[in-house]
Amino acid sequence: MAPVTGTTATAVDTGGHTLTAAELAAVRADFPLLERTVRDGRPLVYLDTAATSQKPQCVLDAEQDFYERRNAAVHRGAHALAEEATEAYEAARAAVADLVGVDAGEIVWTKNATEGINLVAYAISNATLGRGGAAAERLRLRAGDEIVVTEAEHHANLVPWQELCARTGATLRWLGLTDDGRIDLDTLPVINERTRVVAFTHASNVTGAISPVGPIVAAARAVGALVVLDACQSVPHLPVDLRALDVDFAAFSGHKMLGPTGVGTLYGRRELLEAMPPVLTGGSMVEVVTMAETTYMPPPQRFEAGTQMVAQTIGLHAAVGYLAELGLDGVAAHEAELGERMLAGIAEIPDVRVLGPADGADRLATVAFAVEGVHPHDVGQFLDDAGIAVRVGHHCAQPLHRRLGVASSARASAGIYTTPDDVDAFLATLARVRPFFVEGRA
Amino acid sequence: MSSTSSGAMEQLYQQLILDHARERHGYGLRDAADPSRVGESFQVNPTCGDEVRLRVELSPDSGAVSDLSWEGIGCSISQASTSVLSDLVIGAQVSDVVATSDRFSELMQSRGAGLGEEAEDALGDAAAFAGVSKYPARVKCALLGWMALRDALIKVSKGE
Repeated sequence: MAPVTGTTATAVDTGGHTLTAAELAAVRADFPLLERTVRDGRPLVYLDTAATSQKPQCVLDAEQDFYERRNAAVHRGAHALAEEATEAYEAARAAVADLVGVDAGEIVWTKNATEGINLVAYAISNATLGRGGAAAERLRLRAGDEIVVTEAEHHANLVPWQELCARTGATLRWLGLTDDGRIDLDTLPVINERTRVVAFTHASNVTGAISPVGPIVAAARAVGALVVLDACQSVPHLPVDLRALDVDFAAFSGHKMLGPTGVGTLYGRRELLEAMPPVLTGGSMVEVVTMAETTYMPPPQRFEAGTQMVAQTIGLHAAVGYLAELGLDGVAAHEAELGERMLAGIAEIPDVRVLGPADGADRLATVAFAVEGVHPHDVGQFLDDAGIAVRVGHHCAQPLHRRLGVASSARASAGIYTTPDDVDAFLATLARVRPFFVEGRA
Repeated sequence: MSSTSSGAMEQLYQQLILDHARERHGYGLRDAADPSRVGESFQVNPTCGDEVRLRVELSPDSGAVSDLSWEGIGCSISQASTSVLSDLVIGAQVSDVVATSDRFSELMQSRGAGLGEEAEDALGDAAAFAGVSKYPARVKCALLGWMALRDALIKVSKGE
């Protein structure tokens, strides 16, 4: 049996502490893309990790190695390659499960987090239509039922619930936000005895605010509602134990956590996955098929119809191995320092406002900001000219921006490979934005 | 630290663009003298949420644009482009407006190559946006107001 890749990463062991300059240099050396230049030879300053992370060499190697030596369809066929590919595919599932503290059988592969959340919404929809038999009873929505989200949500954790409500007649309600973008716990009474699902983000992709999971889950539990957590921004940057958080479902994406695009994860509590009717149907998820009807595999295979993204799961396994070797407490410590540096630096620049919590407590190094009198596109263009990549726009969170009184924003977000020099270069260029656009050419 | 790499920002953000972004000619929707000769369009750039609402009024013989006004939010490129558009279009023959709009679209699709001196001269102040064509992600910003104008002209011709 060939060794399963994903355990071969040689990442720096942070020991839970922030990185020394030498360790950070060693980390950066693992990310080939960071060596390139942009816009007439400027060194790249990549501050768009919240959109997608860069990938370490071990992830690229793992995917290539799979195609070079072990490529085969999984969970079908009995030849040697099929066995190896299936084993690697399932080992990746186990590694992801281990990272977030759940069982491998509770991890469903998806294309991305968006698909994971939609999978839950459509399974509830199908249950409401009567699919899934008696087991799916607890998932069925009835007249008067409510689904609760928050104003902080990425569209991926809002629109699927709007659509579910439109299909079933349930009512969508939401928790409000404080002026600095945190979920306002004074609005928790929105969760009431009619609430059947509470879906919220673990950490905002705009403000970086980490949600108060405990009180929200407690409110949901008190009324028997299911809890769906959008963990896209938390799993790559913090130690996350989904069992300890006591959520029923959680979705996250491989490409934001140093892994490839095209693979994501849906965690579902085992008894709930078992109760859920399938969503996508076809090959690989069936037991007995006759011309008239079909019986389905148990989870997670029940939710993995058709040929899967095997190479990507193996790449993600390598990414998980890399993150685990670094230690996510160390990743969090490093990024917390960068976040503090960003916030302190922005506070020094006149007429730049942080959209979100102004201090470093309970937040990621993801900082959205507005430059007074300068549109975010222009801010982003000016930064880009200096080789600094930030995100501009509404970041798939229009209601959140509306709540904060802006149409769009610019956002800088750090990752494990981000350096203090990256942050300083960003701050120095940001300070020149308003003078360029508003105060006339220097 | 140099102010920008190779002056690319100064090339993109010509002084004329920054001035128009601040002044915004034609800004503020005006009521029409004759509502039957008015066309209005609302356009949004879904990637950034920028939006423009633009209103045109044709002359009694429908041959010329007698008035144009607009409102919107957006980046300096979209705001300046719509402001310049106002200057170029008010009082112009509709056929000339369509030709200018086509030429401007062509300039935006030129990927930095431009259209040559003669064609750009014919665009007047709108030629200042030539640098935008080097940045594919910003072309939609420069075209937002022009898209609204074309849509508004179609609507008025259909009597909508």
